[in-house]
Amino acid sequence: MAHDHHDHDYDHEHGSELSETQIRVRALESILTEKGYVDPAALDLLIETYEKKVGPHNGARVIAKAWSDPDFRRRLLQDATPAIATVGYAGRQGEHIVALENTPQTHHMVVCTLCSCYPWPVLGLPPVWYKSAPYRAKAVIDPRGVLKDFGVELPAETEIRVWDSTAEIRYLVVPQRPAGTEGWSEERLATLVTRDSMIGTGLPKSPGEVA
Amino acid sequence: MNGGQDLGGAHGHGPVLPEPNEPVFHAEWEKRAFALTLAMGMPGGWNIDMSRFARENRAPQEYLSMTYYQIWLAGLEKLMVERGLVSPEEIETGHPIGAPKPVPRTLSAADVAKVLYRGGPTEREINTAPRFSAGDRVRAKNINPATHTRLPRYVRGHVGTVERVLGCHVFPDSNSLRRGEDPHWLYTVRFDGRELWGPDGDPSVTVSVDAWDPYLDPA
Repeated sequence: MAHDHHDHDYDHEHGSELSETQIRVRALESILTEKGYVDPAALDLLIETYEKKVGPHNGARVIAKAWSDPDFRRRLLQDATPAIATVGYAGRQGEHIVALENTPQTHHMVVCTLCSCYPWPVLGLPPVWYKSAPYRAKAVIDPRGVLKDFGVELPAETEIRVWDSTAEIRYLVVPQRPAGTEGWSEERLATLVTRDSMIGTGLPKSPGEVA
Repeated sequence: MNGGQDLGGAHGHGPVLPEPNEPVFHAEWEKRAFALTLAMGMPGGWNIDMSRFARENRAPQEYLSMTYYQIWLAGLEKLMVERGLVSPEEIETGHPIGAPKPVPRTLSAADVAKVLYRGGPTEREINTAPRFSAGDRVRAKNINPATHTRLPRYVRGHVGTVERVLGCHVFPDSNSLRRGEDPHWLYTVRFDGRELWGPDGDPSVTVSVDAWDPYLDPA
C-alpha cells in the first residue's frame, strides 16, 4: 500500500465489524489514490489540521477576548463572522457565524437535529455525543434534561433558548464570564472556557477549578 | 425526507453520554474516511446538500445503527458510484478495475489551507426584498417531500416569530437535486416550547430554526 505509516491497527478492541470498516477504508483510499482523485499528502494535512490545529482552544480565545474587550464583544454579537476572522479563524463550516450571549436571564444551547452542523473554525470537529441520536432528539424537547445529563442545573426561571442549526448559519455561545476573574489576562480567561460552554451544554470553569 | 435523520423530539434514545477527554477521532479509519470525504468534494463536484442527502437517504434502522463516520463513508461511496468515479465492484473487491474518470480538479496538499479558509459561503445576492421582517408571525408549512429538505418535522404546521433576517442563501431542497442553487431569503424563526410540544412543554423553553422563505406562510 502507498503509505504504510497509516496501517497500524488499533481497532481490535472494537471487534471485527470495525476492522472490516478499517480494511474497506484503506482499500478505498488506495483505489482513489491510484485513480488520481486524491493526494494522500492532502489527506494527511486535512487530518492534522482538525486533530492538531483547529479545536475548541480557538473558540476559547474568542470568548476570552469578548470577556475582556467591550468593543470586540460588541462586534462579535453584532456580526460574528468578521469579528472572529480578526482573531484568525474563518472558513469551512464557519462561513456564517452568529454569536449568542448568555445572561443571568437567558441560556443558549445549540444543536443540529438533522445532521451534525457545528462551527468548525472555532470548535473543531463535533464530539460523538453532539452527532448522536440522544442529543439530537432531546435538545429541542427537553433541554433541561440534557443539561442534567451534563450535570448542570439552571434556575427554573432562566429562559432556555435552543438553536437548531438547520441552515448554514453556525452558532457560538458566549458564556457568562465567571465571577472572581477581575483583572485576569485573556490567556488566563481562556483556560476557563470549555467546549461545552460554547455549545451551551456546560458552563465555564470557575477560577478555583484551574488554580 | 421523513427519514431517520430527522430526530428532533424523538423519545427512547436514552440520555446524552458525554465522553470525558474525547479524542478527535476514535480509530485510524475515521481519520481517513473524514479526509477522503473532504478531499473528494473537489473531483466529485457534488455540493453539501447532495452530500447530506446521500447520507440520510437510507432506511431509518440502518441510519440509526451506524456511527457518524460510517454514515459519511456510506454517503461518499454512494456519491462516487452515482457519478461513475468508482464501481460497486471496485469498492467490494478493494482493487481498481476500470480506468479513472477524468475529473475537473483535485485537492493538492498545497491548497488544503487555502481551500479550508475559503470555505463555501452560501449567501447570495438576489433582487427581491424579504417577504418577512423581525417580529412577523409565520407558520411553518406542512410539507413532506421525499427528497432533501431542512425543515424538521417537529416545527411543521406550527406558528413562530421571525427573529432575524439572515440574507439570501442557497436553497438545499433544490441544490440537493442538481436543480441549481435557487437562493431564497432565510430567517431565524423562534417557536415557544408549548406551541411545539403542547401544554406539557416547558414554558421557559423556546426553539429556533433557520427556515427559507418557501418553508413559511404568513400567520
